[in-house]
Amino acid sequence: MTWWQRVLRRGRMEELLERELRFHLDAHTADLVARGVPPDEARRLARLALGGPEQVKERCRDVRGTRWLDDLWQDVRYALRDLRHRPGFATVALLTLALGSGATTVMFTVINGVLFAPLPFADPGSLLNVEEQTKGTVDYRFGDRWAFSYPNFLDCRREVRSLRMGAYRYNGGTVSGSSADPERVDGLQISAELLPLLGVAPIAGRTFVADDDRPGAEPVLIISSRLWRRRFGGSPSAIGSKIVFDATPHTIVGVAPASFTLRNADVLTPIGQNTLGFMRARDVHPGIGVWARPRPGTTLAEAQAELDVVARGLAAQYPQSNAGRGFIAEPLRPAVGDVGSTLWLLLGAVSLVLLIACVNIASLLLARAVARDRETAMRAALGAGRGRLARQHLTESAVLGLCGGALGLLLAAAAVRPFVALWPGGLPRSNRVELDWRVFAFAIAVSLACALLFGLAPVVRASARRMEQALRAGARTVTASRRLHSAFVAAEIALAMVLLVSAGMLAQTLMRLWSIDPGVDVRHVLTSRMAISPAVVGDPARARAAWRDVLDRAHTVPGVRAIAMVDTVPMRSGNNQLGWWTAPPEPERMKKPLALANSVTPEYLAVMGIPLRRGRFFDEHDRLGSERVVVVDEVMAQDAFGAQDPIGRRLWTDLLPDPLVVVGVVGHVRHWGVAADDGARVRDQFYYPFAQVPDGYVRRWSELMSIAVRTDVDPLTLVEPLRHALRGAAGDQVLYATNTLDELAAATLAQQRFLLALFAAFAGLALLLACIGVYGVLAYLAGQRVPEFGVRIALGATGRDVIELVMQQSAAMIGLGLVAGAGGAWAAARVLQRLVDGVRAPEPSTLAATTALLVLPALFASFLPARRASRVDAMTALRQE
Amino acid sequence: MAPETSAKSDLPQGTLDLLILKVIALGPVHGYAIAQRLQQVSGDVVQVPQGSLYPALHRLENRGLLAADWKDTETGREAKFYRLTRKGRSALHAETASWRRLSDAIAVILRMSEAGAE
Repeated sequence: MTWWQRVLRRGRMEELLERELRFHLDAHTADLVARGVPPDEARRLARLALGGPEQVKERCRDVRGTRWLDDLWQDVRYALRDLRHRPGFATVALLTLALGSGATTVMFTVINGVLFAPLPFADPGSLLNVEEQTKGTVDYRFGDRWAFSYPNFLDCRREVRSLRMGAYRYNGGTVSGSSADPERVDGLQISAELLPLLGVAPIAGRTFVADDDRPGAEPVLIISSRLWRRRFGGSPSAIGSKIVFDATPHTIVGVAPASFTLRNADVLTPIGQNTLGFMRARDVHPGIGVWARPRPGTTLAEAQAELDVVARGLAAQYPQSNAGRGFIAEPLRPAVGDVGSTLWLLLGAVSLVLLIACVNIASLLLARAVARDRETAMRAALGAGRGRLARQHLTESAVLGLCGGALGLLLAAAAVRPFVALWPGGLPRSNRVELDWRVFAFAIAVSLACALLFGLAPVVRASARRMEQALRAGARTVTASRRLHSAFVAAEIALAMVLLVSAGMLAQTLMRLWSIDPGVDVRHVLTSRMAISPAVVGDPARARAAWRDVLDRAHTVPGVRAIAMVDTVPMRSGNNQLGWWTAPPEPERMKKPLALANSVTPEYLAVMGIPLRRGRFFDEHDRLGSERVVVVDEVMAQDAFGAQDPIGRRLWTDLLPDPLVVVGVVGHVRHWGVAADDGARVRDQFYYPFAQVPDGYVRRWSELMSIAVRTDVDPLTLVEPLRHALRGAAGDQVLYATNTLDELAAATLAQQRFLLALFAAFAGLALLLACIGVYGVLAYLAGQRVPEFGVRIALGATGRDVIELVMQQSAAMIGLGLVAGAGGAWAAARVLQRLVDGVRAPEPSTLAATTALLVLPALFASFLPARRASRVDAMTALRQE
Repeated sequence: MAPETSAKSDLPQGTLDLLILKVIALGPVHGYAIAQRLQQVSGDVVQVPQGSLYPALHRLENRGLLAADWKDTETGREAKFYRLTRKGRSALHAETASWRRLSDAIAVILRMSEAGAE
């Protein structure tokens, strides 16, 4: 019989063993009887000769090699029975464990999905990201990495034999045509090889072919599954039908699968059909991303060597644009921004809560182990090995841990979706967050680690003691556990303090940030990206006219007080940084200071409520042909002109070869967010009139424009009226990405608010658990000291004295915890300051408040057992001896 | 333990398996018969502990040296009959050979020490 059969057919084996031995005894007895021994005596002799059937059976079981499993099973049943018999302990322990491990599992599930889940492409491990890299020169805005220029991509794709390469470029636009309303969608221009390279096959129709991917080819596009359902109801007849994208009718040739969510694109077009000027230039980098995959049998190193050869060739051929410019291929990683640090921070915080839960359970188990000392000693005396006893202890904690872990896993399964939904600003790659085998493995590992943590204390203590001492000592064994119990209380206080101080720092930060003036009046302002009619955007005069029309029409909407155009809305992710200087000659490129450039229309100050400090803002007379004017903010006025009056001074920018004349100074706007602006690299700001933007830039600027509206009423009620009023003659102008300025300002603090809410919850939980722990430990220790208190009271001590005794004991433990916690809190403060904008070192008031918040409940928790101890009746207590 | 058996020598370590295999090699046999036969064969010289017999049988079965079938005895009762497997037979040969070598070597040594004492 194999080992497994011996495990699984345990009952049958027992039965056969029983029969075999019975046969032996019967046969022996029969022989003896035949020789004249009386039957009873014969049976006795037979049993004697065999050496006791039960002992023989035990030894037969031993040779099966399944003994440990039987023991384990026995221990598990014992542990479960024990838990059932103590519902109070079981409930508290399981609940705390479930909460702790559940929260930890949620965080791990999110980390697992966001940071570790592979990209949703075929063989994601071999995909490469290729970028241009400048050697020697490092631009302080962009570092040394650049998006590809299109001609460079074409040359690499042709020359590099060892790589399959595909390119994509963001290209949002307006979809109109079919029956539904025009809408603004995210889009991508992709090269024909991109989808096959990624292993993405269309779910209907076809993918692009090389013939689509060239200038002058028939306009075709692939739509996302989402757009397919939204505009075509998922009908197969969508393939081959026409749809207007950016004023050009396109034929739909395919539908991308729902899993294809690159840049949220709803519309894919062939990049080769883009014939705008920048696609032919090598010295501009219009956001073209390049992904690649080594061909079978080639390595990354070979590919890189080939890329280097191509780069050297291009540098020789086009020194103007390509000198010192290389191409670098690296494994492709998911882009998740700085979410990782926040996730690890939260995992760290919940781990602390879990640790407190473990310490709590450890102290409960230890108290119980002390109570069971005599039982344990008795069993040891009866022959149970020390290892066997330790194994039983650990099995009990493992059962407890796994039960808690299982509950926690259920909790996590229910909580992970709501948690992801609460993530401020949307969690990147949240569609990859799911409970998979890694999460299960993590939950089990965490449960077992916890079990080891809280199961070890009684074992360590038990093996340190001598059992005969336990048998003799009776009730006075408590001294042995006092030190461990003190350590537990101190650890809980320390851990809770780390969380409380962190939460306190975040609260302090938010309170400070809320009181900061963002530099704009955020109430009653609506902002929205806007796309004017795709038919006019390419013609500067018509585009300008369309924008003038937008402003005029918006004014007719009731409730609109002022309206302006702006390309970089404050506290949204818009960003146009330009170098500047105040006197020729033009400084070297890397040495120019940078300013945030805002292209606006005259009512902008009124809309935003930005104060005018000196001079004037723009008006209708600032137009193409008149003197080019600029308004700077007070920070830039100080940086550029110091104490001198900036009005009338000249300012050169990267935008134009000619200088602008400063006509006004306005207040500083916290463009990068209320919290982040202080630490931002670029704080200088200037404004220039959209009316003076040269014709050559009008198209690009029009694509980037937003409108900002100051309203008399709730701004959100004006969204529909404005949408309607601004649709334009062809009905193809759309508003998208619409927010109130209020929302944008709040969103810049969303990370801090979210973290504060979570840390406050964790800290509250930690405080509660720590207080329960303190209460439990002191109630236990005080209970053990009842005979001592009885003696003291009999000798004349008052109830007050006893309370003092207990409180002294507790204060010593709490004090120890505070000292340890101060160290932990200091470390946590450093981490928070590094990872969260706007967090400063904790102020003394914060420290005092959080310490009080921790110490007072802890002292109260120890006061209750102290008072009970003080009411001990001396006689009863002494009799307990 | 009965007093009349206490004078017998204990079985040397590891020889019980060899004896069991040898007995079973003569043909399928149940546990009680093995015990009896060992008793008879070894007579008054060697004490065969009956209590060790069954754990040893089960161990040999688990190691695949023995196989067992439940069959009726001549008295009509069902008993567990052990027989040698192919593996058991080769183990018996190997064990026997190594036991012979050992006992020969010990005999030689014992003779030498007698000669030295003269």
